[in-house]
Amino acid sequence: MTTPPVEVTGLVKTFGSTRALDGLDLTVAQGEVHGFLGPNGSGKSTTIRVLLGLLRPDAGDVRLFGGDPWRDAADLHRRLAYVPGDVNLWPNLTGGEVIDLLGRMRGGLDPTRRAALVDRFGLDPTKKCRSYSKGNRQKVALVAALAADVQLLVLDEPTSGLDPIMEAVFTDCVDEFRAEGHSVLLSSHILAEVERLCDRVSIIREGRCVESGTLAELRHLTRTTVTAELERVPDGLAGHAGVHDLAHTDHRVRFEVDTASLDPVLGVLREGGITSLTATPPTLEEMFLRHYGDRVEEVTP
Amino acid sequence: MTGAGLLLRAFLRRDRWMIFWWVLAGVLLYWTQAISVAGLYATQEEFDTAAELMGSNPALIAMAGPDRALNTVGGQVAWQSTAFGAILAGLMSMFLAGRHTRAEEESGRDELLRAGVVGRRATTSATVGVLLVANALLAVGIAVSLVTVPLAVADSVALGVGVALCGMLFGGVALVAAQLTASTRTAYALTGVVIAAAYALRAVGDLGRPTLTWLSPIGWYQQMYAFSGLRWWPAVLLLLAGVLALVGAYAVLDRRDWGAGVLATRPGTPHASAALGTPVGLAWRLQRGAVVGWGLGLFAIGLSYGSIGNDAGDLIGDSEAARQMMVAGGGDLVAGFYAMSMTILALMAAGFAISSATRARGEEEAGHGEAVLATARSRTEWLAAHVSVTVGGTVLVLGLGGLGLGLADALVTGEGSSVWQFTWQTLAWLPAVLALTGLTRLLYGVRGRLATLGWLGLAFAVVVLVLGEILRFPDWLRGFSPFEHLARMPVEDFDPGSFGVVLGVAALLSFAGWFTFRRRDFG
Repeated sequence: MTTPPVEVTGLVKTFGSTRALDGLDLTVAQGEVHGFLGPNGSGKSTTIRVLLGLLRPDAGDVRLFGGDPWRDAADLHRRLAYVPGDVNLWPNLTGGEVIDLLGRMRGGLDPTRRAALVDRFGLDPTKKCRSYSKGNRQKVALVAALAADVQLLVLDEPTSGLDPIMEAVFTDCVDEFRAEGHSVLLSSHILAEVERLCDRVSIIREGRCVESGTLAELRHLTRTTVTAELERVPDGLAGHAGVHDLAHTDHRVRFEVDTASLDPVLGVLREGGITSLTATPPTLEEMFLRHYGDRVEEVTP
Repeated sequence: MTGAGLLLRAFLRRDRWMIFWWVLAGVLLYWTQAISVAGLYATQEEFDTAAELMGSNPALIAMAGPDRALNTVGGQVAWQSTAFGAILAGLMSMFLAGRHTRAEEESGRDELLRAGVVGRRATTSATVGVLLVANALLAVGIAVSLVTVPLAVADSVALGVGVALCGMLFGGVALVAAQLTASTRTAYALTGVVIAAAYALRAVGDLGRPTLTWLSPIGWYQQMYAFSGLRWWPAVLLLLAGVLALVGAYAVLDRRDWGAGVLATRPGTPHASAALGTPVGLAWRLQRGAVVGWGLGLFAIGLSYGSIGNDAGDLIGDSEAARQMMVAGGGDLVAGFYAMSMTILALMAAGFAISSATRARGEEEAGHGEAVLATARSRTEWLAAHVSVTVGGTVLVLGLGGLGLGLADALVTGEGSSVWQFTWQTLAWLPAVLALTGLTRLLYGVRGRLATLGWLGLAFAVVVLVLGEILRFPDWLRGFSPFEHLARMPVEDFDPGSFGVVLGVAALLSFAGWFTFRRRDFG
């Protein structure tokens, strides 16, 4: 197996007395799109800047394609392209100039691919960056990154200014990139995008990775909402370790169940004689709210 | 106008330190002049002799102003401080005007304000309020400080009021510029050109073409004749021009779209030229406008100095005092004049060089540096690109100044060798200029935001050069200015040793800057 493009263990970064990253772990495997999630200010952009060699880690091990991004930033960057969350471009250069400039500084870009991407994203490359809207500045950065011949894309909230049509174009482009066997680190708040694109996700909070895995694995750690009509409420239900927030009126019960305890709890329910049953798996929103919110300790297995 | 009062209070709060430092610098400019001259001469005869010498030196006339009552303390203050005072007030007002209007609009912050209960004219009106406050403080500070020296009250007040009116006028020009262009940088450049033109017009005017003086606001200020037969009516010209500028700014403001300038932004090229593909190409592209602007400016100033240089001897020839200076200085007057011209050109070139050296900081702060460093370019390459453009640009700017000087002299005297000789002699100041950029680079390397302090190096060099003799600075203190170590050609012979040493110091400072820069966080 090849070395993973991104391998971070125990990363610590402090700014004065603020501990922005506090022992962060993150691995992006070859060929996967890795979602990087977390509330604002949790350290996503700091992690990315350390990965790019812009910030110097205080402790921990950071590997980019097996190399040290602080020492060999330039060499390693030949193999990656980056789209910042806040795209700031030179106000007096045109979008086309910026795409060419960034491409050449990365070691050249494919002109046909560039033309195709400019066309797909509907970008006017003759306008000065000063007059671009946020979405259009993002398109410039995206075209520059996607037109490059690289193995890793580092994208920091790349679609926050794009309209839904452009977002679909972006999603297609990422799919094509992955199909070539390349990897993507995608920081995003748009959960639908994450669900659609990401093979695995890492959730960070206050500078630490609190959860990492495939979406299915993460779902497994959270609760399913169950509503059932029963002939009678079985005795074992209220006391079951996997059942939470139980509410019942006569023959109707509603509760949340740890997804891992779903099978035994359903066994208990059957004793009551099920007449109707709805089970709703956690939505991504619920999942992330749980991780982002204050109840994070509860779900730790 | 809704919301202007609230905005004014917020602006003043934001600007309070900035205004404080500018006003303090302005007041000190006048006040130190007064007290240093007051204690300088033991007898009036000595003063008369010195005054005669100064008044007959065309380079000084061109730099400061017309020869009027130079043998009095008040006359000296008016002569030495007014031109620079007007420039200082102009720059203060320009930055105050720009930062609240076009800079806020360009960044989008003003959009947030304007979405509130705030009228179209509120931002501009509050900015005018800030300008009034800052310039009034400057006027009061100058007048009060001069009265305490003590100097005549009416004339002291006139110096204060005059400089404040200059400040308001240039502030008004900056507000007009902010309406014309969509870029803050361009607005500053336009205003800077107006201030420079005002200074240059009066310089040439004072040397013998009075009509040109009357085209310059700084000329109007000096024509108030403070301490040499004060008259107030030229102040009315300043006032009228200032009002006109403000009316113009409002007229455009009422007609233009938010965020847009009057000068249209043309579509550019869809592809980058071959040169724009490396950090050097990028740094050059970002700075070429400044290099060309400064280069042409210094070329023009060199031309104007060179066109009068050969007459320096004739103008001063009869003067007893001048002969004394010739004996003391050990060189001939023309050479002395050119040595001074070259020093001034070098100091101006240092202005370009330091602003160029702080450009890396600007790129880092704006987030543009991050985009470059995320590509396959190292920090060292990125910084080296900025350094090479600073060095190359400085050579160009300084060389063009020397070329202008030599070209004009060659045209006047018919001696073609002046062209390359003066160019080379002006370029010989390069190490001193580069040492100042080296200092800036070291400050930047240690911490990005310290880079701006590099300007203090230039300020110190100017103070040492202008006041070092008068205030009798000790040698060790003067030694900190790199300009003190190089040979003053053509009065002195070229000294390769000091040239090499100062160049070495510049390189060492740059190296230290690179060394620290590589080790710190970026962005």
